[in-house]
Amino acid sequence: MLEMTAISKRFGDALVNDDVDFNIKPGEIVALLGENGAGKSTLMNVLFGLYRADSGEIRLDGTRLSIRSPVDALGHGIGMVHQHSHVVRRHTVMENLLVGRPGGRWQLADASIRQRLLEIQDEFGLWLDPDVQVSGLSIGEIQRLEILRALIDEVRILILDEPTSVLTPQQVEGLFAAMRAMANRGVGIVMISHKLDEVRALSDRVVIMRRGKVVAELDNDKTLTNAQLSNLMCGRAVEPVRKSPAASPGKTLLALHSQRRGSVTLRANQIVCLAGISGNGQVEITEQMSGVAPVSDGHLEIDGQIVEEPTPKRIRSLGVAYIPEDRQGAGMVGAMTLEQNIVMSRSDSWPFSKWGWLRRKVIRDFASQKIAEYDIRPPRSDLRASLYSGGNQQKCLLARELSVSPRVVVIAYPTRGLDVQASDFVYRKLIELRDNGAAILVVSDDLDEVFTLADRVAVICAGRLTLDCPADETTPEDVGLAMMGSVAQSAASKEGTT
Amino acid sequence: MEVWEQVFQLGVLAAAIRMATPLLLGTLGEMVAERSGVVNLGIDGVMTAGAFLAFLTAWLTGSLWLALLVAVLGGLLVGLFTGILVIDLGLDQTVAGLGVMLTLYGLVYFIFRLLFGGVGTPPAIAQFGPLPVPLLSKLPVLGPVLFNQNILTYLAFSLAPVMAYFLFRTPAGLALRTVGENPQAAAAAGIKVRAIRYRALGFASAMAAAGGAFLTLAVFNSFTFGIVSARGWICLALVVLGRWSPWGCTAAVLLFGSIDALQLRLQSSGALAIPYQVFLMLPFLATIIAMIIIARRVHAPEALMKPYSSEDR
Amino acid sequence: MRIRLEPRLQTSQSAMLLAPIIAVAAAMVVSGILIASAGVNPIQAFGTMIKAAVGSRSAFLETLLKVTPLIFTGLCAALAFRIKFWNIGGEGQLLLGAMAAAYVGTQTLPAWSYLPLMIAAGFLLGGLGALLPAWLRLKLNVNDTVSTLMLNFVIFFGMMALLSGPWKDPISGWSDSPDIVMNAEFPIIVERSRLHIGFLLAVGSAVVLWLVSTRTTFGMAMKAIGENPRAAHHAGFSVSKIFLVTALLSGGLAGLAGVCEVGGVQFQVISTISPGYGYAGLVVATLARLHPGEIILSAMFLGAIMTGADEMSRQTGIPATLADVVQGVSLLAMLIALVFTRYRLRLRASNKKVEAL
Repeated sequence: MLEMTAISKRFGDALVNDDVDFNIKPGEIVALLGENGAGKSTLMNVLFGLYRADSGEIRLDGTRLSIRSPVDALGHGIGMVHQHSHVVRRHTVMENLLVGRPGGRWQLADASIRQRLLEIQDEFGLWLDPDVQVSGLSIGEIQRLEILRALIDEVRILILDEPTSVLTPQQVEGLFAAMRAMANRGVGIVMISHKLDEVRALSDRVVIMRRGKVVAELDNDKTLTNAQLSNLMCGRAVEPVRKSPAASPGKTLLALHSQRRGSVTLRANQIVCLAGISGNGQVEITEQMSGVAPVSDGHLEIDGQIVEEPTPKRIRSLGVAYIPEDRQGAGMVGAMTLEQNIVMSRSDSWPFSKWGWLRRKVIRDFASQKIAEYDIRPPRSDLRASLYSGGNQQKCLLARELSVSPRVVVIAYPTRGLDVQASDFVYRKLIELRDNGAAILVVSDDLDEVFTLADRVAVICAGRLTLDCPADETTPEDVGLAMMGSVAQSAASKEGTT
Repeated sequence: MEVWEQVFQLGVLAAAIRMATPLLLGTLGEMVAERSGVVNLGIDGVMTAGAFLAFLTAWLTGSLWLALLVAVLGGLLVGLFTGILVIDLGLDQTVAGLGVMLTLYGLVYFIFRLLFGGVGTPPAIAQFGPLPVPLLSKLPVLGPVLFNQNILTYLAFSLAPVMAYFLFRTPAGLALRTVGENPQAAAAAGIKVRAIRYRALGFASAMAAAGGAFLTLAVFNSFTFGIVSARGWICLALVVLGRWSPWGCTAAVLLFGSIDALQLRLQSSGALAIPYQVFLMLPFLATIIAMIIIARRVHAPEALMKPYSSEDR
Repeated sequence: MRIRLEPRLQTSQSAMLLAPIIAVAAAMVVSGILIASAGVNPIQAFGTMIKAAVGSRSAFLETLLKVTPLIFTGLCAALAFRIKFWNIGGEGQLLLGAMAAAYVGTQTLPAWSYLPLMIAAGFLLGGLGALLPAWLRLKLNVNDTVSTLMLNFVIFFGMMALLSGPWKDPISGWSDSPDIVMNAEFPIIVERSRLHIGFLLAVGSAVVLWLVSTRTTFGMAMKAIGENPRAAHHAGFSVSKIFLVTALLSGGLAGLAGVCEVGGVQFQVISTISPGYGYAGLVVATLARLHPGEIILSAMFLGAIMTGADEMSRQTGIPATLADVVQGVSLLAMLIALVFTRYRLRLRASNKKVEAL
């Protein structure tokens, strides 16, 4: 049995784990449940040796462990499969399994690992061709590779960080079957999740974290309800941002048509939420709408006019704002100052420049004003953007993109990584824009968010739009099912897909 | 027709193989460094330093093997020094490499001028002579071309299979490749990223220095200003051409070597009324063209030239 | 113990000022040791160098003459490195500029048109010499470090072929190109010296580039695509256009260095027209932290070292290749010092695990 006692962990000013106790027994599946930022991943990263706790101790069968690195953790039989996997794309599956494994000095332990792999594959039904290159594998298969690696290491405790967030329903079934098989062989499994249905379906015990603390520990005796769990997770009956009822949607401002995928139509005074498990084609939609990527099998219409050869600049000049999913990679230039980032997309136009010359005073004043308006901290316009937290970077991007009063807003995962206050801010801002007549597309995988914001809900699965209906004609359950690819009944058939 | 007869004289082919040796040493070494994610851009300076150290040692002691050893050790030291700059301090590998190169050029020629400045021609030293392989050297055509070389050439050309085995069949080779592709994954698997990069860079530098030493010990049997004449730079291009594989690099070196031998022959044949510099240009032009041709099929190691710090996740 | 670098919140101003001083000091210490080992008093040798470089009016003006091409090649490298275009080809682009100027300068043209035409031709040809590798990288992913380097040799040997072929002097048999006509020679700007208008052109270019990089949208775009091309694309900059235009400018500036050497110093193309100005430009740019204004200063430093080392070599017999050592050592010391403008050094016991935020 593994026990973590009184674990505390601080990042800068934030107390991320506050005196947390956690334990797991062999053969048990424990769900670690909590909102984003509740501290569950941090706790498990401490157990896996990626972080070191400021205080507290870890014991395995009563012996105190000193875990300084993942290698130590693996040495004690603790393995972890991350959301963002640590595999080498240009190695084969076999090479990935062999990395870091002590074999013969002059010879890779190829044959013995191959043998072991076959046994494990038989035992758990996790099939993977050992000789293909990882770059050709799907995300689900890469996850399988990481699980296989842990099993070859003969872990006693396996931590899975949001394992289903990237999987299709069939893959989820396969994964759950494998997890049960592992538990039956005595492996203790920790599943980090915030998906209530999964937690109830699979776990033996649920540990709920909120704001760095464990707030509840419940045995899953099949009487748990989603409402009960969600109350514990959020600490209170959730007070969602209340939006005023939708005004009747106005005329179509932007439409993206695709043969294969189906069409997305954005109308004035309307928030469309595009729900889906990430990696199902949402990024392509936002990139095509914003001109970042070409439209391959269809066309983009703005104000009823087809846009030929869209570029980000051209689309933006037509009044479309875009906040990408990957803030650091595609949104901000971390090495440039906050003020430069705030005006970057409009730096070549009045009032920020004249005949190609920057008007620096105007830029600084404008940035200061936006920093105050969006409450960006620290309130300095001359610091490198990379020094700001994710929430403040998101605000900076919002300030940049929304300051032109755009007519269309395309935003991906608007609150990912943000705390409650910052999320609230973003929601209010989007609703305000809608009330002022903007057409908005929000890409999200968080159903609470979808139903907080959406006037209309669309679902994408495996690159196809499978559902599109007014928000009040569907339910989170139906949307969830559609995200998983089952679109058989209810809302979809009522409305008819476009 | 006369031109081509001259080009394919056996002696020319043998010389082509011999002249390819320093390139092969440098290229295979550089390939290993780049496989670990580090470019050794100072390589041309390291070759110059290796050539000079070997020359100096041979001149002082008369021992060729000792000369080679000193050059290799000198190269190793330079490699480790470069490692501090680009591995620990994370300096830009292009600019830091240029700095190392300039410093080495300066130092080498400074000392060379100081010691031999007064002499009209620098002294000649002994050199590694041909070592015919029994029986094989008697083969027609192949014998004199392939099996009447000096010992260093034999060693250099036997490196490709050894390195192919090392890279693809041993745990250390797998670790090296992993470090060059995804250092985070390597670290998570318990591999010491920095240590491996240091070793790879040290090896690359030592090999480059050996390549330089070959020039003084087995080709020119002396040291002159500009003796390396950009061979180090060419190694950098040949690694790309060889697509970071031991066999590929060997093939690239042979291709370059034959074009070089060809141009030398054309130059001296005088049969074509073209300024000889046009022929000197050929190998460089051919390298660029070859790089363009294979460009679409080239995949550099993913972490190449990206500094690794244990804080990146 | 292991060394660990911890990022600073803001670049340290004092470290920024100190960095070039440390670089110069390190170069002096190393070269001092070398001079001493040659049996010459380093203080005296440095004295000779300083005197030879800036000790008299004519010495100073001669140094400025050497500084001119260094400013151009420094700007060439700085501009390219800003957008992460690894242009090591300044040397070749310089030669292209020189050849273009020599060609224009030997034609029969109206007197007033030589200067602008030589500059335009040199700029264009040098620019194309950088545009090609930039385009190859953009479209075909051809490694730019290697291709620009290889092009240096192709261009050099091409020039040599030209000099010993079509441009060979039929009478003397020298491998030098024909002299440019009198009207094509650059006006002298200081009496009783060789300092020509190219120097003003170089300083002017540096100032213009400084303004462009700090005060214009193009400068902002350059910085954005250099630091994060993907975000720059998302923000609406046309990344490939800016990349190619900057590459063209970069090569063009190196071309101007060649134009100035032909128009103002040699009046013809000779095989040694550049004693490595292109490569020295990389050092100039790095010492100046890629800042166009500071390039004037770092070019003066290197120009003084080159002139001084030559003279010192003549007087004391110390090899002039000492200048290369100074270049290399100051470059490395500068790079290392610059690390500490952005990071603090932390030493810690090796077994402690470093944690990420």
